Amino acid sequence: MEVTETWYLVLSAALFGIGFVGLLVRRNPLIMFMCIELMLNAVNITFVAFSTALDDVAGRTAVFFVLVVAAAEVVVGLSLVVALMRRRPSLSVDELTSLRG
Amino acid sequence: MVDVIVFVACAAIILGGALGVVLNNHPVRAALSLVATFFGVAVLFIQQGAHFLALVQIVVYAGAIVVLFLFVIMLLGVDSSEDVSHEPLAGQRPAALLLGAMVVGLILAGLFVSGPGGDDGAVALTGRQSRTAAISTLDESQSDIDLLADDLFTRNVLAFEATALLLTIATVGAVVLVRNKGGEDLVVDEPGTAAS
Repeated sequence: MEVTETWYLVLSAALFGIGFVGLLVRRNPLIMFMCIELMLNAVNITFVAFSTALDDVAGRTAVFFVLVVAAAEVVVGLSLVVALMRRRPSLSVDELTSLRG
Repeated sequence: MVDVIVFVACAAIILGGALGVVLNNHPVRAALSLVATFFGVAVLFIQQGAHFLALVQIVVYAGAIVVLFLFVIMLLGVDSSEDVSHEPLAGQRPAALLLGAMVVGLILAGLFVSGPGGDDGAVALTGRQSRTAAISTLDESQSDIDLLADDLFTRNVLAFEATALLLTIATVGAVVLVRNKGGEDLVVDEPGTAAS
């Protein structure tokens, strides 16, 4: 038995699905950011698996950029959470209704 | 055979960590489950020869990002846990599970329904028929970091510069967002201690 790229892709699909459902189900903005990180990691597994399977370094460069964008996203997202928490003590996205029309 | 054992162990760690993130009430436990997932992904990177990316994965994800999460959790108060068993919107969880199952099913269908040439997996999804058509091949004699640097600083140098700009904007944005514009009242978690 040999580990082929299909194994990695199936694992990546499962990880993406867990992150996706978590993002829809959870109400805590911090956990929602963590679920986004899970989905980004699933995509990274896919990139590296294809890079190895197709013998092409471009997939690994893409992973590098995904890492940078994830870091920037977390910085901005967490500062948004901190700014929101200053105004209201509860930590649930259901209560962020001030933009409701 | 060793490959299979490593893969199965890593898959268990990754999926267990991911489920821990989604199912844990407490945000600190969720953050620590996230570390398990990141380590599993890093080991899978090493298994495929992407050593530098595995290192960066540990340093940036398991190091910087999780520490940032924990820092914010501690800043906001550790007892801000949410009751997972309570469902705020009726019927939302079954709908979310159904949608998630559909997304995963779509990905797996793309993976296993064979293409016109009878290929499956990587070749069918990318439409690339031969491995020699790669833009820049993975040369076994070169180290992973050399390959990545060659690609990054020749073909992707403009995108690399753009990420520098992106990080600068993110830093400035974070400072602007959390800056306390003087004179505003702060709402503090504990009643009775609100600042005047």
